[in-house]
Amino acid sequence: MTISPQKLALYAGLLVVSFAAPFVLPNLQVQLGSLWLMVVFALTWDIMGGQMGYNSFGNIFYFGAGMYITAVVQRDLYFDVAEYEATAGTVDMMTSQQYLTGMGLGLGVSAVVCVLFAVILGSAILGLRGHYFAICTLGLGIAAGEIAGGIDYIGAGSGLVTPVFPAELGDKGLFFYFLYFALAVVTFFTIKRVLSGRFGLAINAIRDDEDKAEAMGLHTVRYKTIAWCVAAFFLAIAGGITGNMIGFIDPIDTAFAGATFGVWMVLMAILGGKGTIWGPVIGAILFHIAKEFLWTYLFGLQWVALGVLIIVIVVFFPQGIMGFIRARWPELLGHKVDARITASGKEGTS
Amino acid sequence: MSNSRLLDVSGASKSFGGVVANKDISLHVPEGKIIGLIGPNGSGKTTLFNSIVGYHPLDEGSIQFEGQEISKLQVPDIARLGMLRTFQQTRIYGKMTCVQNMQISMPQAEQGFDKIFAKYPPEVMEKAESLLEFVGLYSKRLLLAGDLSFGQQKLLEFAMALMNGPKLLLLDEPTAGINPTLINGLIDRLKRANADLGITLLVIEHNMRVIMNLAEHIYCLAHGELLAEGSPEEVQNDQRVVDAYLGAH
Repeated sequence: MTISPQKLALYAGLLVVSFAAPFVLPNLQVQLGSLWLMVVFALTWDIMGGQMGYNSFGNIFYFGAGMYITAVVQRDLYFDVAEYEATAGTVDMMTSQQYLTGMGLGLGVSAVVCVLFAVILGSAILGLRGHYFAICTLGLGIAAGEIAGGIDYIGAGSGLVTPVFPAELGDKGLFFYFLYFALAVVTFFTIKRVLSGRFGLAINAIRDDEDKAEAMGLHTVRYKTIAWCVAAFFLAIAGGITGNMIGFIDPIDTAFAGATFGVWMVLMAILGGKGTIWGPVIGAILFHIAKEFLWTYLFGLQWVALGVLIIVIVVFFPQGIMGFIRARWPELLGHKVDARITASGKEGTS
Repeated sequence: MSNSRLLDVSGASKSFGGVVANKDISLHVPEGKIIGLIGPNGSGKTTLFNSIVGYHPLDEGSIQFEGQEISKLQVPDIARLGMLRTFQQTRIYGKMTCVQNMQISMPQAEQGFDKIFAKYPPEVMEKAESLLEFVGLYSKRLLLAGDLSFGQQKLLEFAMALMNGPKLLLLDEPTAGINPTLINGLIDRLKRANADLGITLLVIEHNMRVIMNLAEHIYCLAHGELLAEGSPEEVQNDQRVVDAYLGAH
């Protein structure tokens, strides 16, 4: 594999900026960490909605499930439920080794379980197409929130407190910033890699014409299910990290937050350009910065302003930034006519 | 069954509610031949195609491909056995480049789970490019397929079908909407695909000059029933066929 010098410079520049950011702006560590979370949201949504053309409003399900599963693994590894509730929230309830082991194991378990969820749910509802799939997935997130709010084992409606970050691990802001950053980087390169081969073309083909793909013998169900599994895997880990960072899991406002994260992940991908690899990254960064500005300078009207922003995005940038570039300058992305009409290089006039 | 019969349809019937689209149709396609299927609009040709490739189940009758009963199989399964169809309303993957359209059309039969995330070997690219050259789209290979003209999309769809390397290819009006000067080129390419690549063809066509030129044996449908069959000359001179087209029925 070869990387052009320009690309190398771009990656190096991004790496330097990303490493420096939390030190240069220490007061914004949480917001900067969330920025990478938003990138993960947009990238994972785009596999389904952008690359495969299956608009999913249910991806938030895997985020919430991952959040709960990670927290429960962390808890049940060292405590029983009553004991945990008695000590929850106290500093040094866990040693740093217990914390890290529990979290690592929790993230792993949640990723695996959510992939299994994706296989089961996928085989049940990925047969639906277009709007029907979108509506069905919308129900998924809402139902999950309601169900989680009824299960005492995970705190029911009053929520679940996640283990307190041990002081000896150092700066909490930096820890979670770099955890999110690492997740975003791994997600980006994993998705970039899986999209560059057969799988990428197969889900693009399903997006463009699923009937044709079937008629050509593609295993469409298999590809669709795997696409959802990839999204579920990274969302589960993102959820597990987020639960630990926030410190408290509310079933509807943090875990299965369809009205906020669930909608934002769609908007960010659309803003940047669906079906591209850089589009969701750019969209997530712009959206998150805009949102933070609204929350800071228009507080009180922030939801109204966000609503206006959403309408502007959908009306004026339906193809997104990358989509606009592709339509305006297709040759930049390599869509150009070759003067040769044969592979051996014979020049033609047509 | 005789070994030379690649496709064997016998007694195929299909109705939609009260509309009888196909009634007791039997036809067979010998290996290596080009067979034509003609008939006035609404005579049931495309319905028969859809039944053969598995879009909807037959009410009665049987369809055998290489001696295997396929009338209960699903579309992708039948495609993987080596029987493909092209569409009357051309279908390509519009937001992918022509080369990508070709790559994803490679045969799916031998692709197991381990190959899902694999990249394409260089041979696939070479085959894709040589087939694009074959249909005259090499210079357009990096364009989005959706930006091609209708005729070019039709050629691309044909190239995609060849990429898949089917044993039998069902073409639904391959020349509809194509510039008359290009039609001769297309006939030539269909014949070469048959002769050089060994692909058996079953072709629905309205253009009589094309089908008489192309096919060795022709079946004619009218009102969902098999009206006549025979060599192009026989069918052309059959009074029932002429009546069906001119509306004597």
